[in-house]
Amino acid sequence: MPEAALFQGLSWNLSSDLQQLFSYPFMVNALEAGTIVAVMAGLTGWFMVLRRQTFAGHTLSVIAFPGAAAASLAGLPVAAGYFSFCGLGALTLAGIAGSRRSLSSESAAIGSVQALALGLGFLFVSLYRGILNGVNSLLFGTFLGITRQQVGVLLAVAALTVLILALAARPLFFASIDADVARASGVPVRLLGLGFLLVLGLSVAETSQITGALLVFALLVTPAATAHELTARPALGILLSIAFALGVTWLGLALAYFSVYPVGFYITSLSFALYVLVRLARQLRGRSQRGRPAALEAA
Amino acid sequence: MRREGPAAAATATGQGRGTAEQGPEPTSGRDARRPEAVSFEHASVRLGGRTILHDVSLSIAGGEFVAMLGPNGAGKSTLVKAMLGLLPLAAGRAAILGQPAGEPNARIGYLPQRRNFDSGTRIRGVDLVRLGLEGARWGLPLPGLPSQRRNARRVAEVIELVGAGDYAREPIGQLSGGEQQRLLIAQALVRSPELLLLDEPLDSLDLASQAGVAALVRRICRDEGVAVLLVAHDINPILGFLDRVIYVAGGGAVEGRPQEVITGETLSRLFGAPIEVLRASDGRLVVVGQPEAPFVHGDRHA
Repeated sequence: MPEAALFQGLSWNLSSDLQQLFSYPFMVNALEAGTIVAVMAGLTGWFMVLRRQTFAGHTLSVIAFPGAAAASLAGLPVAAGYFSFCGLGALTLAGIAGSRRSLSSESAAIGSVQALALGLGFLFVSLYRGILNGVNSLLFGTFLGITRQQVGVLLAVAALTVLILALAARPLFFASIDADVARASGVPVRLLGLGFLLVLGLSVAETSQITGALLVFALLVTPAATAHELTARPALGILLSIAFALGVTWLGLALAYFSVYPVGFYITSLSFALYVLVRLARQLRGRSQRGRPAALEAA
Repeated sequence: MRREGPAAAATATGQGRGTAEQGPEPTSGRDARRPEAVSFEHASVRLGGRTILHDVSLSIAGGEFVAMLGPNGAGKSTLVKAMLGLLPLAAGRAAILGQPAGEPNARIGYLPQRRNFDSGTRIRGVDLVRLGLEGARWGLPLPGLPSQRRNARRVAEVIELVGAGDYAREPIGQLSGGEQQRLLIAQALVRSPELLLLDEPLDSLDLASQAGVAALVRRICRDEGVAVLLVAHDINPILGFLDRVIYVAGGGAVEGRPQEVITGETLSRLFGAPIEVLRASDGRLVVVGQPEAPFVHGDRHA
């Protein structure tokens, strides 16, 4: 029976399966950490997609990798490496954005930083020479061995960033879609840009701890992009983005628990499937709705 | 080489021509003591080490509809930014609504030179307009507060005023240029400003939309008593609606009524080169012989 091989221990009885999920402390920690990370990634990701900074987000996630590798090398907690490298990375990107001549030179500069980050990560991993098993989980994530302490740190950082984003929500939204007018209305556009990159760095550092550095996008971009596809209302979009991130995280963790495949694979595939479904649905609907009467122009 | 003061230039040419009578009715009915919306005295602006504008004096009265014209790169947007305090003056004085530039920005509605929103922009027009009202506020509003309902009402009101009610709830990226421009004007209007600075709102619109938006701006100017400065490339779509024009070229500016300023004599002096103004049989003006030649007023109609 293929199911038995794929999903070990699954009884196909929802309540007893859930009971089983919550009976192990490591699984409870993973679900809590996943929940915290999903809320944060859904929220930050919505703004990132709005600001068209997905490339910057991707670069930050690549920078997370040498951070984690350097921390393991120095015998520090991996989280310390994620946070410090992502923070520094955000400052670097802000510096690039501040001094940019044009959009293309900005993306080229960000790309160069990304390449350097990957090279450094490779160096640290080679220097480590320990059990290289760790590399996989740094890149692709793991939900095993998340401690209470880690959950506490995740919660504190997430609470801080959610608070910052809530306070800055409207000016940040304004600056993101209409920078010139926002500046003229007294919105500190530059400061918000820097602040958002730092928040993005923190979110990437948190998300990396569940999905690994390379699969951060599954939580940061895909749910947010799906939400943007579905609605143009900001509040509803943010809620949907968080809901999608939570959904794929919970389902991904549960599937990973019962099966032999890694959690990163499940979360990415689930969010990708959701995105494709929504796009297809929109295209079908768009085809049937075409031909909105053009509003009259002349007054 | 010093140029004559702009006021002198305009009045000097004002008498000579008997064309007149195709602008709007004279603004004599307006209260002359109304505070000036914009006043620049001998202002100079430097950008990147280069003097863009030198010794410019101009004024816009409260409730007046003024167009700023001039060739590309003459410094029209630069002047608008100086009015907002986004660029400092290198010399001279600027008073906006009776205050130093930059201070009364909350009383100014500003529409920067655009860029249309591309079709991927998933923001509803109504949200964009609302940002004009509360986009600079920190923190999150509690839904259901009286102030929130009041804001929603005000947003609906200006959307109605610009005639965008039918499409304000659609993503702005999917609207036509004219529809987007109406919503952007609504955004600039939503805080009931005393001065509207519209930087090329007619650019990239088709002719019918240009006429529609120009008529809308005229109506707002009249009904709401807002002073309007509209930067334009081409005077013809707005000629019938204007009180006065400011013509910017060659680092200087001339102001006056359209039939006083758009003359070969005045413009030749401004450009420091021979300029001819031709009047087509339907009243359109064509300016010929500008140094940065390829651009001609009215070329979109050709």
